[in-house]
Amino acid sequence: MSQRKTLIRGARVLGGEPRDVLIDGRTVAEVGASLDAAGADVVEAAGSVLLPGLVDLHTHLREPGREDSETVLTGTRAAAQGGFTAVHAMANTFPVADTAGVVEQVWRLGRESGYCDVQPVGAVTVGLEGRQLAELGAMHESAAGVRVFSDDGKCVDDAVIMRRALEYVKAFDGVVAQHAQEPRLTEGAQMNEGTVSAELGLGGWPAVAEESIIARDVLLAAHVGSRVHICHVSTAGSVEIIRWAKSKGWNVTAEVTPHHLLLTDELVRSYDPVFKVNPPLRTREDVLALREALADGTVDCVATDHAPHPHEDKDCEWGAAAMGMVGLETALSVVQETMVDTGLLDWAGVADRMSVRPAAIGRLDGHGRPVSPGEPANLTLVDPAYRGPVNPAGFASRSRNTPYEGRELPGRVTHTFLRGQATVSDGKLA
Amino acid sequence: MKRHLISAGDLTRDDAVLILDTAEEMARVADRPVKKLPTLRGRTVVNLFFEDSTRTRISFEAAAKRLSADVINFSAKGSSVSKGESLKDTALTLEAMGADAVVIRHHDSGAPHRLATSGWIGGSVVNAGDGTHEHPTQALLDAFTMRRRLTGGEGHDLSGRRVTLVGDILHSRVARSNVRLLSTLGAHVTLVAPPTLVPVGVEAWPCEVSYALDPVLATSDAVMMLRVQRERMKAAYFPTEREYARRYGLDGERMARMPEHAVVMHPGPMNRGMEITAEVADSPRCTAVEQVTNGVSIRMAVLYLLLGGSEPAVTTVPAARTEESNPS
Repeated sequence: MSQRKTLIRGARVLGGEPRDVLIDGRTVAEVGASLDAAGADVVEAAGSVLLPGLVDLHTHLREPGREDSETVLTGTRAAAQGGFTAVHAMANTFPVADTAGVVEQVWRLGRESGYCDVQPVGAVTVGLEGRQLAELGAMHESAAGVRVFSDDGKCVDDAVIMRRALEYVKAFDGVVAQHAQEPRLTEGAQMNEGTVSAELGLGGWPAVAEESIIARDVLLAAHVGSRVHICHVSTAGSVEIIRWAKSKGWNVTAEVTPHHLLLTDELVRSYDPVFKVNPPLRTREDVLALREALADGTVDCVATDHAPHPHEDKDCEWGAAAMGMVGLETALSVVQETMVDTGLLDWAGVADRMSVRPAAIGRLDGHGRPVSPGEPANLTLVDPAYRGPVNPAGFASRSRNTPYEGRELPGRVTHTFLRGQATVSDGKLA
Repeated sequence: MKRHLISAGDLTRDDAVLILDTAEEMARVADRPVKKLPTLRGRTVVNLFFEDSTRTRISFEAAAKRLSADVINFSAKGSSVSKGESLKDTALTLEAMGADAVVIRHHDSGAPHRLATSGWIGGSVVNAGDGTHEHPTQALLDAFTMRRRLTGGEGHDLSGRRVTLVGDILHSRVARSNVRLLSTLGAHVTLVAPPTLVPVGVEAWPCEVSYALDPVLATSDAVMMLRVQRERMKAAYFPTEREYARRYGLDGERMARMPEHAVVMHPGPMNRGMEITAEVADSPRCTAVEQVTNGVSIRMAVLYLLLGGSEPAVTTVPAARTEESNPS
């Protein structure tokens, strides 16, 4: 065998005791103490934590249509840099990913990039218009093998359409990922509705607009026996509803973004559109409830909602600015800051919430697997002792709209392996 | 005083009293045969209006001209802005032309704040109304009017005075600025509106809220009626115009229940028959026209204090002096 071998020496696998991990070709060959380094490239990893490659359920890659903000290539490079080995590409492109043709195009671009697996998400309705179901079956049967469907950016607000979508995807074990936002309650919404919006005179996005849709959808999912996934949960009330639905044994999963684990609407006082995002930044109480929910598993996973925008769409007044933040390259650091360094979650927990569970929700093969012999070598090595300011100029993403510029965050991804191939090595893209 | 006037909340009590006192000096100039001061000669004030507001614009224009500043009016309609130019590029253009102060009216809350803090321009920024956020010079002219009518005038604040604001609080920048400024000046503020027109989060404001008008009339020193746009009815904020007028409108009968010394205020433009009846609007207790006059004095004071530095605003004989270089 002349396959490439890599020996990761002394890494704390899932944060445990130091181990050597030998990668042979595309798979993990051995895990143990003092493994033989003969014929292998050696990565000295003392002090670093080895995780299964991260999986993002919620990424906007913007291609086709908005290649000025991101492409599949630049987005997957950003993903690799952030320690991800698989991302789910959201459907709100131009044209919308509502046909087998578009999802196959995105899937093929992902294969060609080589930095990270790209699993396209299909639109629930034609053009994200919320009126007519897209050809969900065709997208599933395409080469892209779509299982996650979402109109993200828009809510499937019609109760009948939502019910039908939930029922229909049962035929191929699909899941509908809902962007929970009651449209009438959020007309003209600019930020979280509360004391800060009252002062700033910005249109309010009330928590109830999210919570009422989640309440409806968990009931619908229970009624038709399907599974529903809630995108970017942002309020304490949403957490309560999801906790209740799970206690009933219903098939409900949920994600939280890194920014909703760290930032609050107090930041909007700057009127700096870098803090403008949908759903909006909420209050301190919401942030704490989300952290607790992620720790106890009520919220299943972290998803970035990586939303690149060109500079001019943020270098303007608040009302004219686009909503969204890039997140792939800072996600793990924010999770370490908010969950690990606070003692709420250990590294095994991080592996579960950022790899195992999102892979399971997306039914991704080969991701979110244990670090054991015979498993695909999708791995992420992070140096948790690192601490430094976020520097957007160094991002692999084509966009720079990060809310963390200059903020000190812990943790740095030093290596990412996609089926044994280093996509990131010594902190640099391979 | 800071370099910009973005929010009434930026002002301390002493700042606010200084502006009001300076405005009194400016008002005296208006009584002279020659209404012009040389104070801002050679300075350029740009009125940058992204929203139609003839009243506010001409008030600022008159104020700047009485201080001998050069005034450029830039309105969004029919300009490069309507062709899609961004606020940033507009700002850079004004900066390149040497604007010493930019008076901005914008439909987006926070736009003046962005203009002042983004590094796009070096001059002073004066907020002439942004979205549903603030309109600080309106609050100052309201306070000026109240001070003249309700206190001994110069040097005073509004300690102990009870001011009631009635109407569409939710969408009102006038209300937000007034609540901040009036509480800074020591007044007790009560907001009166149907619950639909009170913002969620109002609990944190330094004021009280009443859903009924009648109970607060007898204890109000000033009742300020805010314009209620008829379009709000379509968005279900209230059922009908008539119901609104019945419950929250100020008519002669209600005015009669106010204390004898109390005044009725309105920032204009008025919806006669909606929030205020013609009888009240035209009564001597209504200060609406006086407010307009005072607006010019207040804006003169603000421009002078932001741009004129420490020299006395009003001198009997204009002193010969060298022009200062533009602050940037």
